[in-house]
Amino acid sequence: MNNDEKITEKKIMELLAQVNDPEVPVLSVIDLGIVREVKLNGEETEIVITPTYSGCPAMDVIQINIRKVLLEKGFKNVKITNTLSPAWTTDWMSGHAKEKLKAFGIAPPTIKQQVCHTELFHDGEAIQCPRCNSYNTRMISRFGSTACKALYQCNDCREPFDYFKCH
Amino acid sequence: MTSPLINYTLHLADNALILGHRNSEWTGHGPVLEQDIAISNIALDLIGQARNFYQYAAQLINRSTNQPNTATEDTVAYLRDAHDFKNCLLVEQTNGDWAKTILKQFYFSAYQFYLFQRLRDSKDETLAAIAEKSLKEVTYHLRWSSEWAIRLGDGTEESHARMTNAVDDLWMFAGEMFVAADYEIACANKGEAVDVVLLKSDWLQKVKAIFNEATLPVPQHSWMQSGGKEGRHTEHLGYILAEMQFMQRAYPGSTW
Repeated sequence: MNNDEKITEKKIMELLAQVNDPEVPVLSVIDLGIVREVKLNGEETEIVITPTYSGCPAMDVIQINIRKVLLEKGFKNVKITNTLSPAWTTDWMSGHAKEKLKAFGIAPPTIKQQVCHTELFHDGEAIQCPRCNSYNTRMISRFGSTACKALYQCNDCREPFDYFKCH
Repeated sequence: MTSPLINYTLHLADNALILGHRNSEWTGHGPVLEQDIAISNIALDLIGQARNFYQYAAQLINRSTNQPNTATEDTVAYLRDAHDFKNCLLVEQTNGDWAKTILKQFYFSAYQFYLFQRLRDSKDETLAAIAEKSLKEVTYHLRWSSEWAIRLGDGTEESHARMTNAVDDLWMFAGEMFVAADYEIACANKGEAVDVVLLKSDWLQKVKAIFNEATLPVPQHSWMQSGGKEGRHTEHLGYILAEMQFMQRAYPGSTW
């Protein structure tokens, strides 16, 4: 690293924007909102991250990839810590990230108040099909290929799709 | 090297790990693909919760023995024997058919739902944080298992009969969740743990509401089994541990 160049938390955040989620590769760890804080403690750079779901198997890979990017840029002393509180929510996902998800074929999360309740047999609000934009869709299963997604199908274009469920 | 808080944290972890492991037995064997994925997702959430609790328990153990890095999440999960496990008897019961698996999950999710709602206010910050995080996931589990209990109970003659059998099989293991072990009482007195006795009426109300829709009878008072929280288990736990701990014991030092 060029010593003349001042290292700021903002610059590190820009570097982390290159680290993608291994399971939803269209999103970076910044897009997802799982990087909570960057701390510069002298020689040490500390990155505080939080998991999307308790059992998210991608977290270990994400930690390795964050470390790798920073080491490649010349940071020597990289510390990654996990925090659980406050708990991650899809509200932390940026609007830009939601557009990227849709372009990738995954319906982005809607606002959380509408779905995360215990009321039974309600689909909640209509989820828009990322292919044909129809709202005439139905939920197949609240659990999908990863912890953060649900399975849906479009009743118009018949395409099955993933919905990044609100959380 | 043990304290009420360590035992309480291990108890919470063991519950999640053992049920998570049981659910993972369905992976690749679910009745339909979507529900195979659902039960596997729930297994993943529970094992994730277990990891968070085990990591904290390992920290507490190391602090109490003053030997850093001796205990890890792996040693506590994989190198304790059955009598050291503090999970409730309910979670170690065999999966049986889909009806029994659903009912076991429903009983446990309803318990965890009310437990974590209160544990969020624990004076122990780590337990409070894990509870806050996990509650969001448990809400999904409770909704999923409630819907399935209703679908099966109020379904065909066969699904109703299977659910009725499951109620008969599992009811005697439900009571233990609401009888506090010594370490739970000690931690509850300090504001670290939830007094489980307080959860019972909420839980029972939930079960009655769902059973009512599922056209299932709520069992009346009966003898309740207990002992799991103190390490006295049914014969099933040993078999789970034999399978789960094999790798770590055959190849010591493997990590998650």
